[in-house]
This record gives sequence, C-alpha cells and structure tokens, in this order.
Amino acid sequence: MTTDLTRLTMHALAAAYRAGEATPSQATEAYLARIAALDTRVGGYLTVTAEAARAAARAADARLAARRPLGPLDGVPLALKDVFCTRGVTTTCGSRILEGFVPPYDATVAERLAAAGAVMLGKTNMDEFAMGSSTEHSAFKPTRNPWDLSRVPGGSSGGSAAAVAGDLAAAALGTDTGGSIRQPAAFCGTVGLKPTYGRVSRYGLIAFASSLDHPGPITKDVRDTALLLGAIAGHDPRDATSVPEPVPDYVAALDGSVAGLRLGVPREYFTEGLDPEIARAVREALEVLRGLGATTTEISLPTTDYGLAVYYIIAPAEASSNLARYDGVKYGLRVPGRDLIDMSSATRAAGFGAEVKRRIMLGTYVLSAGYYDAYYGRAQKVRTLVKRDFEQAFAAVDLIVAPTTPGVAFKHGEKEDPLAMYLNDVFTVPVDLAGIPAISVRGGFSATGLPIGLQLIAPAFEEARLLRAAHAYEQATPWLERRPELS
Amino acid sequence: MSAVATAAGYEVVIGLEVHAQLSTRTKMFCGCSTTFGAPPNTQTCPVCQGMPGTLPVINRRAIEFGTRTALAFDCTVNASCRFARKHYYYPDMPKNFQISQYEEPLAEHGGLEIDVAGGGVRRIGIQRLHLEEDVGKLVHEGTLETAPSSLVDYNRAGVPLMETVSQPELSSPEEAAAYLRAFRAVLVYLGVCDGNMEEGSLRCDANISLRRRGATELGTKVEIKNLNSFRNVQRALEFEVIRQAAALDAGERIVQETRLWDADRGYTRSMRSKEFAHDYRYFPEPDLVPLELDLAFVERARAALPELPRAGRRRFVEQYALRGAEAATLTGSRALAEYYEATVGAGAGPRPAANWILSELLRVVPGDDEQAVRDSPVSPAHLAGLIRLIDDGTISGKIAKSVFDKMAASREDAATIVGREGLTQVADSGALALVIDQVLAADPKLLADWKSGKTAAENAIVGQVMKATQGKANPALVRDLLKEKLSKT
Amino acid sequence: MISRADVDHVARLARLTLSDAEAERMREQLAAILAYINKLRELDVEGVEPTSHAVPLVNVFREDEVQPSLPREAMIANAPEPAGELFRVPRIIED
Repeated sequence: MTTDLTRLTMHALAAAYRAGEATPSQATEAYLARIAALDTRVGGYLTVTAEAARAAARAADARLAARRPLGPLDGVPLALKDVFCTRGVTTTCGSRILEGFVPPYDATVAERLAAAGAVMLGKTNMDEFAMGSSTEHSAFKPTRNPWDLSRVPGGSSGGSAAAVAGDLAAAALGTDTGGSIRQPAAFCGTVGLKPTYGRVSRYGLIAFASSLDHPGPITKDVRDTALLLGAIAGHDPRDATSVPEPVPDYVAALDGSVAGLRLGVPREYFTEGLDPEIARAVREALEVLRGLGATTTEISLPTTDYGLAVYYIIAPAEASSNLARYDGVKYGLRVPGRDLIDMSSATRAAGFGAEVKRRIMLGTYVLSAGYYDAYYGRAQKVRTLVKRDFEQAFAAVDLIVAPTTPGVAFKHGEKEDPLAMYLNDVFTVPVDLAGIPAISVRGGFSATGLPIGLQLIAPAFEEARLLRAAHAYEQATPWLERRPELS
Repeated sequence: MSAVATAAGYEVVIGLEVHAQLSTRTKMFCGCSTTFGAPPNTQTCPVCQGMPGTLPVINRRAIEFGTRTALAFDCTVNASCRFARKHYYYPDMPKNFQISQYEEPLAEHGGLEIDVAGGGVRRIGIQRLHLEEDVGKLVHEGTLETAPSSLVDYNRAGVPLMETVSQPELSSPEEAAAYLRAFRAVLVYLGVCDGNMEEGSLRCDANISLRRRGATELGTKVEIKNLNSFRNVQRALEFEVIRQAAALDAGERIVQETRLWDADRGYTRSMRSKEFAHDYRYFPEPDLVPLELDLAFVERARAALPELPRAGRRRFVEQYALRGAEAATLTGSRALAEYYEATVGAGAGPRPAANWILSELLRVVPGDDEQAVRDSPVSPAHLAGLIRLIDDGTISGKIAKSVFDKMAASREDAATIVGREGLTQVADSGALALVIDQVLAADPKLLADWKSGKTAAENAIVGQVMKATQGKANPALVRDLLKEKLSKT
Repeated sequence: MISRADVDHVARLARLTLSDAEAERMREQLAAILAYINKLRELDVEGVEPTSHAVPLVNVFREDEVQPSLPREAMIANAPEPAGELFRVPRIIED
C-alpha cells in the first residue's frame, strides 16, 4: 500500500473504497496498528474494540465488494467518546463510578453510525462526566495533545479530538456542554461542530447537563463534518427534546459560495484575556472571508461576560440531579458500608473525582431550599438574555466569527485553579446556552506551532450555512497541510 | 362513636392526599408494561431503571386520563403545565429523583361531593391534581428496622401515578372514608384506575389536626401514611383523633410529624423524627418539554366523560323510582350501574331488579369490584329471566331464591334449573285441593278458626300447604281454592 | 458566604462523604466560584422569562403501546450485588 490509510479523511477513504484502492479491513487494520503503536503515548482511547471492529470491517468489505455500500460512511473507522452508551461495550464516562459498566443498550448516535456501516474502533477518553476542559480529569488517565505531548488536548472530548488529530481514528463523536467539542477541536487542530440543541438525539448520551448537552462530530476536515452530521442528525422519538425538523443534505450545501454573506464580529470577544496571536488569526481569517466576497461588521453581544456565570449555575445544578443515580445500588461501583446511606455516600466519595464532586456540591447548593430563585431561577433568566443577544445579532448578520478559545493548548498541570480552568470556555459557553450551532475550524498556528481555533456561529438549524462558510474558508487557507509529528 | 365522644370540644380538620395508579398499558415515561404481579424485575428497561443516558418520554394516555379525572372533579385544567424533578435518595427510586409536577400541576381548584351524616351532601375542595411516576418495591428481610439488607424490584418503578390533594375540609374520619369512596367511584367510572386498594392501585395519606371548637387558627397537623383501605382510613383517623384529643386535654403540644398506621396493631406510630428535613430541590425536568393542552384537547376529554356516579344516582331515583340509598349503592361502581340497567333492559321491572341485586346479587358479588361484577356468575339477562319466572307465576318468590343460588353456582339460566329440578309451582287445582283437605283434617282448630273468618288462619293454611308442597304450590291459587271451599260450606 | 455548616449540609444532601480537609477545601473553592457567579446580580432580570430549553417545543408524547422490556438478566447484569431476581441493598436507616 502506498498511501497511509490513517492519513485520509473519511470522504477520501470512502472514495478509495469505491475505487477499489483500499478495503475497510485494510483501513481498520491500519488504525488498529497505529493505535497499538502510538496510543500509549497519546492516551486517546479508554477501550479499543479490535475484534468487533474487524468483524464490522469484514461485513463492510463484503458490501463494498458487492457494490452495495450502506452509504458514504460504510466501512469508515470511527471512535466514540466514552460518554455514549454502547451495547455490550464498557462505557465509563471517564469515571470510576461506572468502571466496568456494560450498557444493555446503544445510544441513538451509535445505532445510527452502525446502521450507516461505520466501524467503531473504540471509546475515547474524556474528562470525568464531561466536566473539564483538558481531559486531565479522566479517572483513568490523561490524554495528550498530538501536536505537543506535554500539552493538553482540551476537553472534555479530548480523547476524540486527539484521536482524530493523531490519525488514530478517521473521525469521532464528542459532546459539547460548555465547549467540549469546539475547545478540544481548537487545541488539536481538528474540525468540531456543536449542532443546534435538539438536532442530534441525546438518547444514550450519559447526561452531564441535560439542557446543554449536544452530541456532534470531530473530524479532519469540514466535508467530513458535513458527512458525519448528516448521519447522526434527525428526530428521535426516544428524546423528547429532539426536534422533528428535516435534515438537509449537508454535503451538498458545501458547494455554495460565501459571496454576500454578512459576518458579525463580536467586540466583547476581543478583550485583554484573548491571546494576541489568536486575535490576529481571527482578523486574518476575516480578511480571507472578505476576499471570498463576505462582508464583515462589528456587533455586540452584551451579556458575553455573564455566560460563564450562568453556565456554572445551570450545568452543575442539572449535573447534581443527573448524577444522583450513581449510588451503588443498580450498576457501577459499590463501596461497602454499615448501612445504605453509608454505602452510597462512600461509593460516591470513592467513585467521583474532585471536579465532579465540586460540581455536584455547587449544583446541590444552588438548588437547595432558599437559593433557587437567587441562583437557578436568575440564571435561567440571564440565559434568556444571552439567547436574545444572539437573536438580535442575527437580525443583522448571517454568521458570527469569533475565536474558539482565549489561548492555545496549555501544559498539563498548568491550570490547577478551577476558576482559571473554567475561563477557557468563555467563548464557547454562550453558544451552548443559546442552543445554536457553531463550528471550530483550524484557523492558523501560534508561533510555537500549536493550532488556533476559529469559531463560526449560526442561527438555530443553520448548520448548512455554517458548513458552507467553514468549507470555503478551509479551501482558501493552507492550514490543513500541516500535521502533528507523532511517530 | 368513641372517637367523637373523646374528641368532644374539638373540631377535626382532615385533608387527604390520594395516589392513584393510572390504568395505562405502559409506564409513564417508557413502553414497559404495567401489568400487576409479574415476576420481579421482568417489566423494566434502561429508561425506568434510570440507566445512564436514558430519557423519559410522556405517555399520551396518562395525560388524557389525568385530564379526564380533572374534569370529572371540576378542576381547571391548566393551559400550561410541566414536569419537575423531586430529589431524595431511596433505593426503590432508580434515578434518586422522581419526575413529578410541582409549581405547574396539570389541574387545580376542583371539588368532590360526598354524603355526610344526616343525609346531607358536602363539596370537598380539591387543591390540585398532578401526575408523577411510581417507585419500585422494597422487600425487607424482616422489618425495615431489623432487616440486615433489603431487596429491590423495579417492576412498579415508572408506573403512572395521579396525586390528588384535597383541601383540609373533611371534618371527621367518617367523612374522610366517604371522600375516599366517592373518589374511588369516580376514578373507576372514568376507567382511569382500577381502584384496587389491595394491589396498591389507590393509596392514601392523611393530614389531621384538631382545634378547640370555635378556634380560628388550625392546630398542628400530623401526617399519617399507609392508609390503604377505606376501613384503615377511618380507623387510623379515629385513633388519631383520640390520641390528639387526649394529648391536648392533658395540656401537651402536638408534634408536627409523620406517623405510620399499623393496621395489625391498630395504632399510629411516629416515624423516626427527622433530624434532617427534606429538601427536594425541585427544578423543571430538562429532559421533557412543557405541556400546553389546548382547548380542543380538553374539550375532547370532556366529551368523552361518562355519566358520573352522582349524576347516575339522581337519574336512577327519577327514572326508576328508587330510593336514594338504593340508587347510591347501585351506582357505587360503574359495572354495577351498568348491570342494573342491563337487567332492566332485559325486561325486568326496575323495582324487582333493584331488590334482587341489592339483596341477592351483592351477597355473591362484591359490588365495588368492577371486574367481579362484569364477571358475575348470574348475568343481567339471567337475572331478568329469573324475575320473569316469578312474574308469570312459574315459580314462587321463595323457590326463586334457591334458584338464584343455583344459578350463581352453575352459571345456568333460571328456566334450565327450574325445568330440570321440577321447581315449577303446583298449579293443578285438583292436587292442591287434596293437600288443603289433608292440612285441614290434621288440625281441627285451624279449620274452626278459618271457618270463623280469621285472616291469620288463612295465612297459616297457605303456609302449611306451601310447606307440604316444598314451596311449589302457587299461593294465589291456594287462596282461590280456600275461598271457593268456604263458599261451598 | 458559604459556611462549613452549609458544606456539611450540602454534602449530606448530595450523599458525599467528605473528609475534614476535603470539606474545608470545598468550602474555599465553592466560595470562590459563588463569588464569581454572583456577578449575575448586576443584571436587571425584572420581567424576563426563564429559558429552560434553547429550542422551544411543547407536547411531545409517546403512544401508550407496550414495548418489550429487557430480559431480567440484562438488567441485573450490572448490579454490584444481585440477589437472584432482585437487587440487594444494605440495611436501610431512614433519615
């Protein structure tokens, strides 16, 4: 074989299959070999399902040989963040409390990918219960950034982003609650899309904050994101918050032009906290887009500064509730105790890490008697204001362009203080609160050679517009030519 | 009533909170069956067992049943309502929160009419009606206090429950029991709950306080749990009235607490006092979206309402000339009311039909058990047939009762039994005249009395003839023969 | 200001055993986060409707049709202490 199959995007791999230049089994073996060789250093995977992957690949081989593929994803090796339940495959959510948990059911997205013929390579590492921005808070191991192993890959979908960036999977799924797809995508130089709330089913996604959790793709390029989003999007009767809107052909939408597109640049995102290199990268990106015929204007999102505070009430409150079920009774860890309360309290104390405990405590506190109105009630009202900011902005512009993160990937152990860690999400959190779609694409590199994320934000259900602009930008820039040196 | 006597000088204030399991086929938020009595943990799925990542989806029929009930109780169905999470840890509750309704219940501000002592009617206010999910079942190895461990069966977890909270307007244990009876009858009429208290389909908690007669502020209220039959509601509240009155008489303060009714021992006892007050941390259920039941939905539910017990009762009195108490019993369950009307529809007179059902049928069939009434061994058509045999003189009323018992045992119709067993009345005047002669010959005094025109003597002769014919003589014919005989002498 | 007693109360509500040192550290961290969160008090939210879902949907139902339950073995397979057809839990002391 002349080409290294693991370097290909999903669409290139699918084309190679169709042209008879490669088979799903060959690609799967190439990935399994690379994972075996390199993942001890990256730490992208918690579980590798080699045998199941080989079996799925063989089935795809047969379909492709018979020229009856299930679609463009048939035989493509993918990875799933360990937040998604997979029937018969250990699903831990990065937590000791679920160590050894084998769900008897599949997440809807896992089911849809399997139905599309995708080959699951395994489950990727993550901050415990998706709470974190560095994947240092996995109960099992940290994940490292393929561009610089001394740095974090971002989080909480750090395993997925590192796997894709390090060519350990053709693409992966992550989840975004406060930035957990876009921030690691930015740190690892991949594409990451957070869809509109309700666009992709949450069934089988282990809940962190129900009203904020969004599953979405992490890929090597924008076309792959369009492909993968198309495969997982759509109404699911098992998720009452999933929206019965038809799913457009996202791949077809890539071909449009961005001429005449009105881009808004939020002034509140360019504050002293923003790394000047990133500010410059965003300005250069605007230049590129203008060159393609788009127009740019400065806009204002006045509540930007409050998004994080809203988030740190709503997300912990919902988490404290969602995580109440881990009590040592039905599944997962049990630490013996004198009586039931003692057993449950000891189990939770041993099973949850420090960050998870902190958020459970915070969430329990803000919901407890006498505090609801001051915290949760008020946060929900400010959430309305945040949403309104975006609605008002989108009355005048088609897309918003912004940095994904205030800085590039930081070093392991660099951010010990919880609040400092939380501030990483300042540009991603408002979008989650508003439930609107956003994508992070590679927007250049820092002087130290680390990727910079460019964020595009669209109104609800305008993923096609988002992908079209991101694709045009990607085509007009040379950033994808660089790849991390892992071997 | 001892409770009343002991509590003289006090006014009793009771409010009831009733949890009714809705008779939907599936659970509140998942497709698992709700069939009672399945082997442990065979009616569960990842959703009702609260497994990670699973999500609830509302059962439409549960909302319809709730709406129907709300309308029957004359409640306002809220234009918008939503579910909320109620948090507390208990191992029978898989998620350690219960999906319930809190600030925005399905319906509010209704009422229910009950009969009160002395024949009056009172309307008891209903504060709110909301839907929620049931919890699983704990099996203790021994009692809760002594069990070294307990076992959990999640079959019941997620079964739809409708909670209805009355205003604290019931003024005696009897009224509380009457409320619960009327409540149950409405639910069963509506077909939204099977009303089976033994299987836990209907569960009741009570709040009770006493205050000096004439006092304006309420006394300290005590919550009593575990009242799972009409009888227990009344007994537990009677016990509590006496207990609280005695405490107040002795100058003690009533402690606000939750007490458990121990039906076997016949007393309420304090559940361990809560060193740690509950803090349920309600917030809107983020996995579900709000309900906005439009007018059309509510009107469809209203149009589908059947005739309710009290309306049926009024109609029975008017249409069939029944007494109020008779009509009340006959409309005590929908099945019984239907049974009565089917019997009348099959040709029986309204009066004999009522008499036979009230005095005979209810001996063999529990009238408040819908299913038992529907499965009655004596069908309405068979009962009407029996009444027809009496009306046309084929059998006597006395024989009819034994025929009824045989019908109940064999499910056969009356004519079959009467024909096979030769129970037809003796209507052969020759044969009867012979029997009369024998009776008179055996008792000269009776003969003399009869001849002197004593009515009592005639009755006695008829009775003896009936006895001699084992009830088969037609009593009217015996009287005719006697009259004829007297005129000839 | 969040007190140590608040932390102990919340830890109990949340069923978390915290050591003395953990509880104290937790108090400090929660205090810092709450101080940050309190910036929301600067905003006037008078008359603003709360948002619980970003995408407004109402009346989402399923029909009352029985779906097969999962086999008991599948449901109990993950139990830390299965007891035949049931789940075993240690002695319950009401609180």
